[in-house]
Amino acid sequence: MPLADGISFDLTLVWAFLIAFAVLVYVILDGFDLGLGMLFASERKRDDRDVMMNSVAPVWDGNETWLVLGGGGLFAAFPLAYALILPALYAPIIAMLLALIFRGVAFEFRWRTERWRRVWDIAFIGGSGVASLSQGIALGALLQGIQIDKAARTYSGGWWDWLTPFSLTVGVAVMVGYMLLGATWLVMKTSGDLQERMRKRAWTLGLATVGFIGVVSLWTPFLQEGYYSRWFEGWNIALAVLVGLAVIALAAMMFRALHIHRHDHWPFILTLGIFALCFVGLGVSMFPYVVPTEVTIYEAAAPYKAQLFMLVGACVLIPVILAYTAYAYWVFRGKVDPQAGYH
Amino acid sequence: MFDSFDAVLLARIQFAFTVSFHFLFPAFTIGLASYLAVLNGLWLWTKEHKYLDLFRYWTKIFALAFAMGVVSGIVMSYQFGTNWSVFSDKAGPVIGAPMAYEVLSAFFLEAGFLGIMLFGRDKVGPGLHMFACSAVAVGTFFSAFWIISVNSWMQTPAGFSIDPETGQFMPENFLEIVFNPSFPYRLAHTVTAAYLTTAFIVGGVAAFHLLRYRRKAEPVGAATKTMFSMAMWMAAIVAPVQIFLGDMHGLNTLEHQPAKVMAMEGHFESHPDGAPLYLFGIPNQSEQRLDYAVGIPKLSSLILKHDLDAPLDGLDTIPVADQPPVGIVFWAFRIMVALGFGMLGVGLWSLWARWRGRLFDSPWLHRAAFAMAPSGLVAVLAGWVTTEVGRQPFTVYGLLRTSQSAAPLDAAAVGTSLIAFIVIYFAVFGAGTFYILRLMNHAPMYDEPSLKDITEGPVRAAGISPAHEDRAHHPQDTQRGE
Repeated sequence: MPLADGISFDLTLVWAFLIAFAVLVYVILDGFDLGLGMLFASERKRDDRDVMMNSVAPVWDGNETWLVLGGGGLFAAFPLAYALILPALYAPIIAMLLALIFRGVAFEFRWRTERWRRVWDIAFIGGSGVASLSQGIALGALLQGIQIDKAARTYSGGWWDWLTPFSLTVGVAVMVGYMLLGATWLVMKTSGDLQERMRKRAWTLGLATVGFIGVVSLWTPFLQEGYYSRWFEGWNIALAVLVGLAVIALAAMMFRALHIHRHDHWPFILTLGIFALCFVGLGVSMFPYVVPTEVTIYEAAAPYKAQLFMLVGACVLIPVILAYTAYAYWVFRGKVDPQAGYH
Repeated sequence: MFDSFDAVLLARIQFAFTVSFHFLFPAFTIGLASYLAVLNGLWLWTKEHKYLDLFRYWTKIFALAFAMGVVSGIVMSYQFGTNWSVFSDKAGPVIGAPMAYEVLSAFFLEAGFLGIMLFGRDKVGPGLHMFACSAVAVGTFFSAFWIISVNSWMQTPAGFSIDPETGQFMPENFLEIVFNPSFPYRLAHTVTAAYLTTAFIVGGVAAFHLLRYRRKAEPVGAATKTMFSMAMWMAAIVAPVQIFLGDMHGLNTLEHQPAKVMAMEGHFESHPDGAPLYLFGIPNQSEQRLDYAVGIPKLSSLILKHDLDAPLDGLDTIPVADQPPVGIVFWAFRIMVALGFGMLGVGLWSLWARWRGRLFDSPWLHRAAFAMAPSGLVAVLAGWVTTEVGRQPFTVYGLLRTSQSAAPLDAAAVGTSLIAFIVIYFAVFGAGTFYILRLMNHAPMYDEPSLKDITEGPVRAAGISPAHEDRAHHPQDTQRGE
């Protein structure tokens, strides 16, 4: 194989990892603020809601930018995959976008009106819930496979193909997982009664999350032959057992940190670990496909010149982005001051 | 319900609708971010309280407009795939990279420093806070740079080859792709338009309050005077620059997209010895003529070729199937130009009033400035319609037809989402605009409450009379914690 091809081969892999990284960062960061949005429903007191919203107000916008990088990056690095997946997931994607509008503007609008505050609180809760559900449904629908016409390079399925018991289950699983992230975030950022309630919620939500991870993990291998052989044949089953045990171990540590040691930070960090593990498992299932099990990352990849041009920018800018994002979190570290007003 | 509609037409309406709505917010916030950075810099430099008051006043408005820009922008980054998947597959290898650069260099910069700009003044200190303000302003410019580059490439594609197997546009030279022939002109014209848009909104709000102070016979607040003066300087200096830039952009368009200029001018017929400038007319595309035309002979040749007798081709040299919709382009162009000259007029008028020392005491100037407050937004949209509709019937000019770019969607799917977008955009962004107008309804006051202090919304602000503003030279003119 000539050297040039060898290099371009590698760049495709590099971009697959970069986009996977962007999606993981998005899931973790927007996961906790979408989860917090859903938890709004159960916290009816005005002061508690103010504190909850203040804990994410300075950072939600940056969190959501990772979603734009995930979508924009897919468009740039794997244009064919972008062109196949988005029409296939038309309804959940549009629903997610509209829901994100409601939840995004609620951050600003609810401070601007007394009479309509409840309306924007409902928009915040509903927007967060629908966006989470749609993201999970989209993931489930992608995992179960989409029907394409490879010669014509287009999606060829119907408009309701995304709606199955599996995709709905993944949708609810993502909602529950995001709420766990939100609850542990609030354990870290708040104090007093609100924190205590969130500790209790995190307990229930943690159990539910582990349960959903189990259900989805056991269901996935039976969706497609490829998944089954990847997880259950030969020595691979050892890997599957190992990942399963690791999730259970992390969950157990999370519960200990939450209720026995009563840590503020560790429950959130360990929950991030659970999400990262699930994401790795997802990667193992899908690789090297970007549209399972039809189109590989190599078939969908942008040409070498485009990959290289973008990589130069990504190498410089992604570390800078991570640095100032970390700085922004550092500036607003610590517990939210309930007296601070809009924050 | 949508059976009688064409899915491509619905997808076009949807894109036009969502992008037009979105564009209004950055058109305002690009200029406003720079204005805020300038105000903050002036406050740090002069320690005159009115600058801090103005910074706080416009920050509250900025936060609302920026949030609406963000959420309507996320929609755009997915619309390419959901509704224009064939275009995305074919053009993605070329335009995907500049769009990724927009996210990496602009969106993160804006979002990363926005929180510090809005809420972090006493957490990070004045120096870093000033840096955050500048980072947000620079981020908005980077964003314009990359997205205008992509748009310009669709207008004047360069630096690519076409893969014979897949029909994809393949990048050959990214320098040529990014700096394609129409890009520098379009970027300068668009960013200047954003600055003018902001100047006229700021000036309009100031004029509104000047008129109100006058009606109530109250002394005018220092902050209100300052923002009117700053806005009118911008109008007087930038409006003529913009007309010059627009002319350059037009000449560039004549070179690369002559059919668009023919539509703008209403030139259905070729004019071998000098073309007239039509001031009015009803384009009749099916008959290929301009009805009720009122024109000035030979002026169009003078403007476009700098020669009264220069020949100009008309749409009769372009196959009907390759012509843009003339009526929309013709009228959108005229609206934009008329507003541009209106802005120039207000700018010159303000110079005259300023020279006579009556800048804050010229109610008719204030009425004109108030009436022109939304003129930038309208002109930006009209200009956008001119250039985008003028690109039709292509998405990538001359190479990829709009009809062959759309996703394989049912009319029902596009129509349903279109209705959802329309209803939700009007409801949500209508409410947001209402909140912005309500904030603007209060004059900036002395010791304007900052974004952080507002927990009661306008209820609290309403309890304080705008008359407090005239305490601008109050002895307690020192910085309060924000």
